[in-house]
Amino acid sequence: MTFTPEEQTEIRRRQKSRALVTALILGGLVVLFYGISIAKML
Amino acid sequence: MIAMASKAYPAATVVSADWRDFLALTKPRVLTLVVFTGLCGLLVAPQSIHPVLGFTAVLCIALGAGAAGALNQWYEADLDTMMARTANRPLPAGRMDRQTALHFGVGLGSFSVLLMGLALNVLAAAILAVSILFYVVVYTVWLKRRTPQNIVIGGAAGAFPALIGWAAATGRVDMLPVLLFALVFLWTPPHFWALALFINSDYARAGVPMMPAVVGQRATRIQVLLYTVPMAIAAVAPWAMGLTGAIYGIGASLLSGIFLLLSAQVGFSRESDPAKMKAERRLFAFSIFYLFIIFGLLVADKVLLA
Repeated sequence: MTFTPEEQTEIRRRQKSRALVTALILGGLVVLFYGISIAKML
Repeated sequence: MIAMASKAYPAATVVSADWRDFLALTKPRVLTLVVFTGLCGLLVAPQSIHPVLGFTAVLCIALGAGAAGALNQWYEADLDTMMARTANRPLPAGRMDRQTALHFGVGLGSFSVLLMGLALNVLAAAILAVSILFYVVVYTVWLKRRTPQNIVIGGAAGAFPALIGWAAATGRVDMLPVLLFALVFLWTPPHFWALALFINSDYARAGVPMMPAVVGQRATRIQVLLYTVPMAIAAVAPWAMGLTGAIYGIGASLLSGIFLLLSAQVGFSRESDPAKMKAERRLFAFSIFYLFIIFGLLVADKVLLA
């Protein structure tokens, strides 16, 4: 499948924003799981 | 029975969905009430839990409700194309393909139940799983397109969060959260039918058997009034049974009285032009305010009278 330059730019922009949001969610989950582990030990 | 709506809806574009489309799939506006009632259920429970675990419980409730919303949109993509209110959602607008929505909904729902079970307790996780399945299977797939009573039974799905919040904190289910469940369950029909009265044409065009489209406006108005009476009783019952204090009791009595008055205005109205249905719009707007304040009073009662 071929994409026009405009479509390629839009695909890259969306991939970048999705990757950024995914990274933020994963980082948040790391902090949350750490917090849960500490809270369960108390 | 109203015929099944057409399955035709636009195919997703070649450009993959934006993260905002995934957020839209979770119905964030609906989540507000779900998170609030879940949080209140957690806060009024007799046992307090660590704030991190409390946050996790509310997060799981929100993720579970988001998953249910995503699966609802996955199944109803064809209906959503036919209603102005929903035509710009990611699936009917062609910004996402159905398989992505299905994977997202199943993944999010499974994660929320698993996390609730591991971080809080099995009972809260089980009720969360039941609430997701109830909304998707019983309401969305089974009832919504088949019966005008869809909202009545489907309303149970929205009534679960307070029960889940309480169960997450205590590990059990008591009388107060059951009454809160009953309150939200009985609140749902007058809330949705007030809306359905003045946006009747939109649901009718999509082939959804909403009460006004099937039995007419007159019968719907009577049903609104009839459901409001047990709802008001369920709202005042926690005080009458000695489960809450005077702050909640007096507030709930006053608010329920106003709700009954507004329902009576809808019940006895003969207005047939949706554009002129002021009483119905007033009741719909008040019903949202009512639930927020009732649950807020419950927490205030617990905090101030503790």
